[in-house]
Parts: sequence; structure tokens; C-alpha cells
Amino acid sequence: MELTKQEESALKGEQGEIMQMAYRILVATGEATDAEKLIPIEWAHLSGVNYNTIGDAGEEFLSGISKNARVKVRTTLNPMGFDIDNVSKYGLDDNFISKQLSIKNSYEKMGVIPSFSCIPYEIFDIPKEGTQVAFAESNAAIHANSYDNLKTNKESAFSALASAITGKSPYSSIRKDDTPNLTIRMKVKNPNELTYGMLGFFAGKVGDTSVNISGLGEMDKRQCKAMCGGMGTSGTCAKFLFGDGDPRCEKVDFDQKEMQNVYDELNTAEKGDLITLGSPQLGLDEISDLAGKLKGRSFKKRCMIFCPRTVKEQARKIGYTNELERAGCEILSDCCTCLTPLISKDDVDSVTTNSIKGAFYLKNSNGVNVNLKSLSQIVEDETR
Amino acid sequence: MKILVQGKTQGTILKSNTPINFLGTVDKKTGIISDKNHELYNKSIKNSILVFPSGVGSSVGAYTIYSIKSNDTAPLAMICQKADLTVATGCALANIPLLVDDKLFSSLQTGQKISLDTDTSNPLTLL
Repeated sequence: MELTKQEESALKGEQGEIMQMAYRILVATGEATDAEKLIPIEWAHLSGVNYNTIGDAGEEFLSGISKNARVKVRTTLNPMGFDIDNVSKYGLDDNFISKQLSIKNSYEKMGVIPSFSCIPYEIFDIPKEGTQVAFAESNAAIHANSYDNLKTNKESAFSALASAITGKSPYSSIRKDDTPNLTIRMKVKNPNELTYGMLGFFAGKVGDTSVNISGLGEMDKRQCKAMCGGMGTSGTCAKFLFGDGDPRCEKVDFDQKEMQNVYDELNTAEKGDLITLGSPQLGLDEISDLAGKLKGRSFKKRCMIFCPRTVKEQARKIGYTNELERAGCEILSDCCTCLTPLISKDDVDSVTTNSIKGAFYLKNSNGVNVNLKSLSQIVEDETR
Repeated sequence: MKILVQGKTQGTILKSNTPINFLGTVDKKTGIISDKNHELYNKSIKNSILVFPSGVGSSVGAYTIYSIKSNDTAPLAMICQKADLTVATGCALANIPLLVDDKLFSSLQTGQKISLDTDTSNPLTLL
């Protein structure tokens, strides 16, 4: 990758340790993606916020760099481990809470907007078509490239942080006009959001940097998010395009058999001790839809709902939170099903969810069994 | 061959033909793989020369790589079939040597002892 004189000088350490570290990360990113130069980006979205995922090493690293590092472009932030408004109900120890607050402070000190959301594409205005951004959250990167006409690598937590600090990112192929070499033919009839989550998980496994997907039909927001979440979890794929693509593309079918394989990999329980919704976090449309579905009904067991703080505030004003709490839901903002420290195998054996992304991490990181069901099925089976 | 992070080391190869999602499937304190569906399930990647197709999944896996290095449970070096940003940047920050080479990936096997030095013209020698 060609660097300008100023970029070279930063890499040599002539502009301080923070810039040197950021440019080292950008150079590794550039070499990995065969980029020829760095280009400006307008928005960075950072992952690596939840103390449950980054641990002491991450907390100490952020505390150290936040003394001098400042972000150069608008920078937003992924969820953390809890909602400060109701954390006392969930039995987290003091160490977790203080380390999490230290991480929050470090990011705020660097000038990051404390949005604590994995769906920046739903709660912030989308810049004009073709704008270069750097999104680390995997579902958000895929959503940005595939639905929002933005351009980003499937950034790592560190490449997005380096882009936030420098305002630059390598000009990789995905930032240009990337053409996929694989087409997935969606063959499953009457898909719901769970089907799309499984399709995404499958696509992530077989796709490289980007894939075509044909036979998608009309998808609602929940289904789009489910697909981006599934795809981000299983692979390196950063984008999907609608349709058959180039006729010379290799073709792969996603039919009952392929879907069953994903289901069998991730579904490990017949039923769950509690229900979680929101991975990615729920947006206002989904909250509204859920409130409608729950009219006159109540959950028979605990149901945790995860959404951004701004969405929770809007939902409160409209009256949805009252409706959901009446139906027995616990509404949590600033955090997410994915990698939550609030669900422990000491307390529950299994969790019911409609999220493929949530299922993967609940199973592997939280160590609980997972019962996969679509939202309609959850409402039908788990409420009265 | 791409040399994404430079360095020099010696060790024994641990190879996986399945990609690795570092976040949530690698225990930061022990370096043991916790995903029951993964071919390295219950194996420790600590002090190995870890050979695998690529990193996949969460962007936060880069912090996992940085953490295992801080906890002394990281591989000595990594060799991948294709480059991905989680592994590239995690290794860059943690100073874990990282090579990417399709042919090399195919030829290496678990148990082989190798010496790695990215400053030489032939960075990898079988011992």
C-alpha cells in the first residue's frame, strides 16, 4: 500500500504513539485487503465495548489510549454489558460494573457518541449514497453495504478504531465495485425471520467477500436484520447483492436440507427457561409490531427485550413500553442478547430466541442451550 | 505469500481446516476452543503455530487475540489461507507473526515442527 509522506511519518512514530499504533493497524488492514492507498471515511462505528467480551486486557488498553487518542470523524458505539437503569436486578458483581463504566468513560473521553447500539443504521441518519464509512459491528457492516448504499469493510474492532482516530481506511475491493463470484439461490418457501437468519448464516459460511442471493422476495426490517446478523456471525462476507448476478457465477442452493443443517447446528433444546428478543437490537418498528402481537396476552415465563436507549425512549412516549411491561417483558437498553453477561448457565439451562446470531453466542459463549423459534411461534407458544 | 505481521519464532503446528470465530469460541484465560462443533474443540491454541483458513464472525475477535496475548495463552504465530481483518489487526496489535499463503496452508499438518523468520527470503523451515 502506498502511503503519503504524512502517513509514513505517522507510521514511524513521529506523530506520537497513538498515531503509530493506528497506522500499524491500517497498514495490516490494507495489506490484508490488497488496498493501494488510504482514503477518507466519514463515520466510524466501533465494537469492543462490552466488558464481557474485551475483558481486563481490553479495558486496560482503552483506558491507556484514551489519555491521548481523540476521534477525527463521527464515531458511534456498540452495546455494552448492561442497562444502568436496571442493572441492580441482574446480580452482576461490582467488578463487572466498575470495569464496564471505565470502558464507557474511555470511549467518551475519546469523543465517541455513547450510542450503545448494534443497529446504527436504524437510529442515525444515513449519509448520501456511496459514502465511505468504517463499521465494525458485523451485522451493521453488512446492512450498510447491502441496504444503505454505504461502503465499508467488514471492519474489525481495531480497524474501525484506527479509522476513527485517523479518519482513514484502506481502499479495499469491497469499497470499490465489488462483484461476487457466487450466487445463492433461496429455495425455501414461506420464509420467516428465522429462515432469513439461517440463510444468512449459510451464506456467511459459503461466501467470500460478497455474494449474490436470488429468490429473496419482499423482506421486512426484522427479516433483513436477521439475515445480516446470521451472515456476520458465520463468515467474512461483508455484502450481499439481490439477484442472480453474473451468469458465470457458481450457484449454490439454500433449500430445506441446507436450512436443517444450520438449525441442527444451533438448536440444542426443545424449550427455553426464558425468552430473549433482540440480536441485533430491536428497532421501533419491531417494538410496535411486538406490542400489537401481545395485545391481551402475557408471557408465561421471563422475556428479555433488548433495544437502543433512543428506541426505548420513543417507545415509552408512544406507550409501547407500558404495553410490553404489562405483558411481562423486561426492557433493556444499551445492551444486547449477543454476549450478554445477564444470562448465566448458573441460572438457566436454555433460552428461547428467534435470533441466529444470538443463538450462536448464547451457546458458545454463555454455554446455555438454545431453542430456536420464530417470533410468531414464540408468541403462540409462550403467551396466554 | 503475504507477511501481515513480522516476527521470528519456533514451534509445533496445530492445524484446523475450519475457520475460527475468536470471540466466544476461544477462552481468553486458557486459549481452549469451546465450540463443540469445531474440530479443535477442547484443544488449546496456546504456544502453537496455529494454522487455519481464516478468522470469521465477530469484529470483537480482534480484542480476543489481544487478550490471549496479554494472558500468555496466545499462539506463537498464525498462518492463514486467506486474510481477514479480525485476525490481521488482532495480530498487528498483539505482535503475533502472521503469514497468509494458500499453498502453505494446504501443505502444513498438525504436529510438524517449524522455524519461522519473516526477515529471511524463505520465512518457513521444517525442523
